[in-house]
Amino acid sequence: MEPLSWIEIIVRVLYQFLPVWLSMAVVFIGSMAFKKRLGLYGRIFDSPIGMFGFALVIFWAFTAFYAGFFDLIATHDALSQVSGMKNKSPGTPYAGAEAGDYPYYLLGGDTLARDVFSRMVKGSAIVLSIAPLATLFGYCVGITLGLPAGYYGGRVDTFLSFLANLILAFPVILLFYLLVTPEIIATGIPMYMAAVFFIFPIVFLVVLLNSRYHVLPKVRTPLISITLILGLWLYFSTISESGRGTWVDFWPGALDLFNIPGGVLVVFIAVVFVNSPTIFRIMRGLTLDVKTRDYVAAAQTRGETAWYIMLWEILPNVRGPLIVDFCLRIGYATILLGTLGFFGLGLPPESPDWGSTINTGRKLLSVYLHPALAPAFSLLSLVLGLNLLADGLREESLKD
Amino acid sequence: MGMFILRRLGVMIITALCLTFVVFFMTNLYPNLEKLAKTQGNFRMSEEQVATWLDNRGYTRPMLVKYGEWLGVVPGFVVEGTDGETRARCARLGSDVAEAPRFCGVLQGDWGYSSQFKEPSSKVLWKRLGLTGFLMLCALILTIPVALVIGILAGMREGSKTDRSLSTFSILTSATPEYVSGVVLIAVFASSAVGLKWFKGSATKAMTDASFENFTLPVLTIALFSIGYIARMTRASMTEVMTAQYIRTARLKGVSFQNIVVKHALRNALIAPFTVIVLQIPYLLTGVVITETLFNYKGFGWLLVQSAGNNDIDMLLGVSVISVVIVLSTQLISDIGYVFLNPRIRIS
Repeated sequence: MEPLSWIEIIVRVLYQFLPVWLSMAVVFIGSMAFKKRLGLYGRIFDSPIGMFGFALVIFWAFTAFYAGFFDLIATHDALSQVSGMKNKSPGTPYAGAEAGDYPYYLLGGDTLARDVFSRMVKGSAIVLSIAPLATLFGYCVGITLGLPAGYYGGRVDTFLSFLANLILAFPVILLFYLLVTPEIIATGIPMYMAAVFFIFPIVFLVVLLNSRYHVLPKVRTPLISITLILGLWLYFSTISESGRGTWVDFWPGALDLFNIPGGVLVVFIAVVFVNSPTIFRIMRGLTLDVKTRDYVAAAQTRGETAWYIMLWEILPNVRGPLIVDFCLRIGYATILLGTLGFFGLGLPPESPDWGSTINTGRKLLSVYLHPALAPAFSLLSLVLGLNLLADGLREESLKD
Repeated sequence: MGMFILRRLGVMIITALCLTFVVFFMTNLYPNLEKLAKTQGNFRMSEEQVATWLDNRGYTRPMLVKYGEWLGVVPGFVVEGTDGETRARCARLGSDVAEAPRFCGVLQGDWGYSSQFKEPSSKVLWKRLGLTGFLMLCALILTIPVALVIGILAGMREGSKTDRSLSTFSILTSATPEYVSGVVLIAVFASSAVGLKWFKGSATKAMTDASFENFTLPVLTIALFSIGYIARMTRASMTEVMTAQYIRTARLKGVSFQNIVVKHALRNALIAPFTVIVLQIPYLLTGVVITETLFNYKGFGWLLVQSAGNNDIDMLLGVSVISVVIVLSTQLISDIGYVFLNPRIRIS
């Protein structure tokens, strides 16, 4: 078979993304139709920059969704090595294709003769399952600590701010090298950190609900019990490793919903750890700014509890800057994940995530470009999309 | 002002102590020591051999004592090894155990001994730091003028076509991490397959003999990210100044647009970017690590990666002390500089 020409490659790649295009079309048409009723989200569609950014972001979100759950877009297995396909240029016919195999390596093969296109697509599933979730956890930590630091001030603030500045004074890469090595993983330190960080979302939710409903015990008690049972179940499922003989091996295996592979968990923790001090500082600054407003004083006069004021008066009123920062921070988390992969830390070397793929690809970069360029442009477009989306959101939220 | 600087210096020292202790703690955990023993001694050592190797070299004593020794507030150890040899912390460089000084830590100016380079840490450290300083200086010389010009041009007429295109450019570059821009730059300018072949994809030679050909790409890789970021900050500050009352007054008086920008707006618009530029230096440090790894330029960032990879304890501690000092002193400089540049703060 002849190798494909560039035009054929582009057409075939675009066709491969068909489910993504369809989903994007549905989202866009639906959102445009109900734009007026969708609040801030609907207003993204008023700014061309925001819309373009949003398109890039949901493109990768849908790609990750279809590739991760339905195994759709990728043409080959991301890990299998095929003899005769090593470093082949884009559009090379698949050597030894049988019936049912996709007949081409659309974006060529890498140094280990794996399909670059499929690895790029599968990589998006890894990146997009870690980065947004890690940012969300970082937010739980940052908000739960930043609100009281800004609201109470004093010693709590001094102590927490010192801690945050301490972490921020570390060069990110040194921190990664200290946290994400097999030796440190063997000591179990990342697991202790996971145990600390993962408790924050539960604490946050419980305090959130309790501060609002503590006057209505009939609502409060069932609500908090359900949150606690579900939260703790997920919590122990996440941190416990049944049958591995570590200190977290106490949770009964029957109740263990899932086991996160060690590498993923450590990478996750590292990203949360690096992100949360910055979120803490942002949250603290916003709280300091807002706590002098009249509606806070009114709530204080009404005799509301401190946590009610923080979570139900201050937090909703600073959501604008927080949403914008959330988008930027997912982008930053993506960059951090890539950095980890670039230095070969955390995830196993054969993992198709973009950072690791760039790391393997860069070694032969001056001869074979395609193995490193495909993930590089993917990462770039996702981060760019998030930045543009944040820009559009900021512009639109400043309009009123 | 004096009190302010003194307090900041105090916080700086406490931060540095905490940080180095964290690094010390992490690098002295047993699995890390085991790795050190195996790379320094022999990869096929049994568990007992590793334990005696570490015992003989004083690695297995309590953490706080070892940290004190490193600092120079606790006398250095003298251990009579099971192999009959007596080793002392202060006699690591081959001098006689009996003549070795009692204290040898950072306070005495002894930065320890690099287990990987077989040299005193400080010697390696200063050499590599010099190389990186040169790289960062070149990057800053490129970044600052370009970023300021882009930011001012974009910010002086908000919403114009120049603004749109320059802002898009700065968002694009600030959204590109170094390992992506480096890879793209190598692909375009250095690849032997399809690229333009203008520059070299490796900067190893630039360490001794920096030329346009081998040094452009690393400098550009570091600069691009900061250019985007600083340009965005400059643009924001410029647009704010351009809507100020005194600019409107000047315009109504009939001052030409060029004069408004150069004489009235520029000076006030540059206060905020100053802080951003100074605070950008610690971020450059992260960029430097990636860029040096990508272009194989053996500077400070390369040293960090190497010593972390080999668990070279003394070297890593040296590296972290230096980076902490850089981060905290840039923060201090930016705060002080801001006060001097902004008369409103000085008066209040």
